[in-house]
Amino acid sequence: MSHYDPVEVTPLHADEVARMLSEALDAIAATGDLDALKRARLAHAGDRSPLALANREIGALPPAARADAGKRVGGARKAIGEALAARQADLEAQRDARVLIDEAVDVTLPWDRRPAGARHPLTTLQEHIADAFVAMGYEVAEGPELEGEWFNFDALNISPDHPARSEHDTFFVGSVDSGMVMRTQTSPVQVRAMLSRGLPCYVISPGKVFRTDELDATHTPVFHQVEGLAVDKGLTMAHLKGTLDAFAQTMFGEGITTRFRPNYFPFTEPSAEMDLRCFVCRGSSAVPGNPPCRTCKSEGWIEWGGCGMVNPRVLVACGIDPREYSGFAFGMGIERTLMFRHNAEDMRDMVEGDVRFTLPFGLEV
Amino acid sequence: MKVPLSWLREHADLPAATAHEIADRLTAAGLKLESITSVGHEIKNVVVGRVLEFTTLEGFKKPIRLCRVEVGEAAPRGIVCGAVNFEAGDLVSVALPGAVLPGGFEIASRKTYGHVSDGMICSEAELGMADSSPGILVLPGDTPVGADVAILLGLRDDVIELEVTPDRGYALSIRGVAREAATAFGVEFRDPAAIGLPEASGTAFPASIADPTACDRFVLREATGFDPSAQTPLWMRVRLSRAGMRPVSLAVDITNYVMLELGQPLHAFDRTRLTGGIVVRRAEPGERLTTLDHVDRELHPEDILVTDGSGAIALAGTMGGKETEIGDGSTDIVIEAAHFSASGTARTSRRHNLVSEASKRFERGVDRELPLVASWRAVSLLAELGGAVPGTGVTHAEAYVAPLAIAIPAGHPGAVAGVPYSKETVVRRLTQVGCEVVDGLVEGAGEGPHGVDATGTVSTGDLAELLKVTGGDMLTVTPPTWRPDLTDPNDLAEEVMRLEGYENLPSVLPPAPAGAGLTEAQRLRRRVGRALAVSGFAEVLAYPFSGERDLDNLLLPADDARRRAVRLANPLSEDEPFLRTTLLPGLIKTAVRNVGRGFPDLALFETGLVYRPRPDAPAAAPVLPVDRRPTEEELASIAAALPDQPLRVAVVLTGEFERSGWWGNGRQADWADAVEAARVVAREARVELSVQADQHEPWHPGRCAALYVGDTLVGHAGELHPRVVEAYGLPPRTCAMELELTRLERLLHGPVRAPKVSAYPVATQDVALVVADYTSVADVTAALRDGAGELLESVRLFDVYMGAQVGEGNKSLAYTLRFRAPDRTLTVEETTAARDAAVAVAAERLGAHLRGT
Repeated sequence: MSHYDPVEVTPLHADEVARMLSEALDAIAATGDLDALKRARLAHAGDRSPLALANREIGALPPAARADAGKRVGGARKAIGEALAARQADLEAQRDARVLIDEAVDVTLPWDRRPAGARHPLTTLQEHIADAFVAMGYEVAEGPELEGEWFNFDALNISPDHPARSEHDTFFVGSVDSGMVMRTQTSPVQVRAMLSRGLPCYVISPGKVFRTDELDATHTPVFHQVEGLAVDKGLTMAHLKGTLDAFAQTMFGEGITTRFRPNYFPFTEPSAEMDLRCFVCRGSSAVPGNPPCRTCKSEGWIEWGGCGMVNPRVLVACGIDPREYSGFAFGMGIERTLMFRHNAEDMRDMVEGDVRFTLPFGLEV
Repeated sequence: MKVPLSWLREHADLPAATAHEIADRLTAAGLKLESITSVGHEIKNVVVGRVLEFTTLEGFKKPIRLCRVEVGEAAPRGIVCGAVNFEAGDLVSVALPGAVLPGGFEIASRKTYGHVSDGMICSEAELGMADSSPGILVLPGDTPVGADVAILLGLRDDVIELEVTPDRGYALSIRGVAREAATAFGVEFRDPAAIGLPEASGTAFPASIADPTACDRFVLREATGFDPSAQTPLWMRVRLSRAGMRPVSLAVDITNYVMLELGQPLHAFDRTRLTGGIVVRRAEPGERLTTLDHVDRELHPEDILVTDGSGAIALAGTMGGKETEIGDGSTDIVIEAAHFSASGTARTSRRHNLVSEASKRFERGVDRELPLVASWRAVSLLAELGGAVPGTGVTHAEAYVAPLAIAIPAGHPGAVAGVPYSKETVVRRLTQVGCEVVDGLVEGAGEGPHGVDATGTVSTGDLAELLKVTGGDMLTVTPPTWRPDLTDPNDLAEEVMRLEGYENLPSVLPPAPAGAGLTEAQRLRRRVGRALAVSGFAEVLAYPFSGERDLDNLLLPADDARRRAVRLANPLSEDEPFLRTTLLPGLIKTAVRNVGRGFPDLALFETGLVYRPRPDAPAAAPVLPVDRRPTEEELASIAAALPDQPLRVAVVLTGEFERSGWWGNGRQADWADAVEAARVVAREARVELSVQADQHEPWHPGRCAALYVGDTLVGHAGELHPRVVEAYGLPPRTCAMELELTRLERLLHGPVRAPKVSAYPVATQDVALVVADYTSVADVTAALRDGAGELLESVRLFDVYMGAQVGEGNKSLAYTLRFRAPDRTLTVEETTAARDAAVAVAAERLGAHLRGT
């Protein structure tokens, strides 16, 4: 200290530095927006700011005093820099918040500029059923809707005089003896499948069929069926039951099985009517005292379709040796399935094409 | 078949089960319950009374009687009655005060016609025994006074109606149903056909069979001295009504009753109206017959007739003739019981559009052994109830029929079912059905003809060989005569299975085959449906019927291929006798319906077949044999007659395609949306659609696009012709698209090849080309694309301008061309050269020049 020749430089005084720092911090804190902050930055941290000018004086101090003054000024400048950054972040956040609030909209406004379309539930239900069987290894077979009488009747063991033939209210094409009809069932597709595909043959055939019924709540002259056919060595009625039980579970859930009742179809022997365990009440409504069920009308079972072992005569007409192969077949109505699976009450809704009926079904039924 | 349970119980010892329980067992055996009608269960307090005396009250519009009636109480009751068909001393049924009649009608003492009526004298209708009755019911003289009428007359009953499948004609009788019920409950069956027949002496009215393919048994019996005034007893009338038949007269009622009881249709002739001998034969050309229903019928040479010296007297097995029918005064009656050909009866019935109780049974198969029994039963009843003298003779004409025996291994039913049945079970079940089962293979089993024909057709030759089932432990099974449907091994398997219970079949999932999944075409169809739905279209499934009017409404020219439509022989409506050749009419009509219901903004689509006859196709498809696989030529002959049935997709759009709302105005559907719908479809098929201006009905001639894939025309799109819009009452500017998916399916080309993606920068050049205003944008775009070479990444039209700056009759098309190379950054010189080359081709092909040059 003794050799020190203190040149009194006012700005480097401790209390002067403290004053400049305090002034700067006050000015920064007082800024109201980013522009004011920019001006404060220029005034208190810019090249011409008091501390910047004071900093230049340090070099003029005696070496012993330089460190002390440098520390003092540097500390003050750092504090100002930090205060500026903090204020900057603050003001930016305030600005952003304000802008985003200004940009807010009413997200409850409706937006139906491009309304969605939909596929017809009868189409998607057919696909849904087909998919269940495709997953079991079946292939989807198709055939013409305007069909040879031989395919629709004769090959299926329904001879011209067979009582079953007159029960099919058939649309004849051209004249009644043209040998051509609008198919009354999808079974002719099975005949085509047996004639054209190799063995074994596992096919499912959804499609449109025709009968001369007038349209009402439960009838329509044009409706849809899905039929399945399996021809292989050693197939039995138990396999048919197993297949339909598996299918019923896929469509209606765990534990929903089928029940067979004897029936007659010319193209199957033995033949059965197939009932589905009611998937709503699971049969409980059939027990007296339990609540009633609308879906199965408290019967516990829903009539679903027909099935049986392919009549060996049909196999013969399709060139298959019944001594070597056996087969089973089954079929169900799609409209009916839509009615009980989706509570559709009136068949007219399915054919009239009213968009109010179709749109809620979307892309899949 | 309506079966009164009281009747059924006469022939099967059924336990005290409810009607539902009995019906459930029958359903499980294959006779499905249709409905149960309970009758008379609510009846109470109706007793037998004797009318001691009556006085007729004066001063009313009709005669009213005040009766004193003894009902087994201390004192007689005073009852007012409006009927006059009784005398003092007659026995009647009396509903006492507090009585309940069918339908829940309660009877009380009340004042009527000025007197207190202490009960009511009942008619048959009031007791639920008939639909209507003219007077009150007068009971037989030996009825005990005071007895409970409901018990006495069997008024309480349940009628179960069963659905009888076409193979089981035997179940159209009490006999058949009782047999099934007895088997189902494991109780004794009393066969109503098991009645002793008297030794016949001589013949009845002469008869012969001229055509054994028409009839293989024909039986006549006679009853003489019948009292035509004899009334049908009450019990018989009640049974007939409950079984669904209207009582007519005693003789007719007896034939119907026996038919219901046994299943054998009978016919009664007036003996005095028959001339010469009866012959069963086919009709001769020009022959006519007036049937019981007063219809004069022209007969077909295949019709089976019962004839006498005068000609046809009955359509065999279907309906009798008017001339020989029994009438009010008939005393000598000839009963016919025959076994007519099932298919022959079916054909006759169908040809004359005449379904009778008889034809229903014959075409389903009647027991060939019944005619002798049933005719005797009828004659006996005529004697018992109508005072007739049964003839001692019987006429029995017959064609020989070898019985059919079917050989099966004892294990066959189990092999079909997938669950083993013991041999004992198989034999027992088949025996219960009525079969005769013999151990071992009997010579000739399964061979030889069987009857004139049956529901099932017995086969010979190769087919018979193919249908045979062989194996160890053979059984030879001869089905009963009432089961002509049992002809094949599987028929027997079904009998065993149904009696063992379908509900006892195991459930076994067979091993999954190796499937190939959906075909490419099937997947395309699903994608198209989904893509259109996502684009805003709602699917409809319209009927494929259309009419002349649709073809006119669509403005189709006289020679348009779509006018060549298939006509239905029996359309539901004569206005729409054709099968559609285009999807548009159905879609348009669906659109009109929706608009009418308040939905003016619509986008609809349909995917479905159209039916397009080929001009050179034969008019008929042959019916091929069924005892072998048809040859390829035979199958081709059917295919040749069937029309083409391609799959199409079509859309109709009207109103706003983009909705108006708080965001501003929407956008009306226009021709471009229709073309875009086609592009949506094409995109799913991964083919590029090219568009050309076209004039094609029903589209607006200036706003119609022909849609091509390569050189293949696949459809049309655009705005509909204003006159089409007007004809259907559509909103103006309705647009439509129709495209043949079958043609796209043929163009599908396998999996998509992944493109190479270049990471080098894009170079963009804009050009504005001036062309004549009639030049199509598609051509200009194609020219640019062809000229730009392989560096071109994309070309996009971003502006179309017409106005003074480009001169009258011109338009300016502004494009952005994007260039990119796979291996380098393009230089300005390279992209400019490519652009100039593109413009040069457009200039050369279409006379385009750069705007401003």
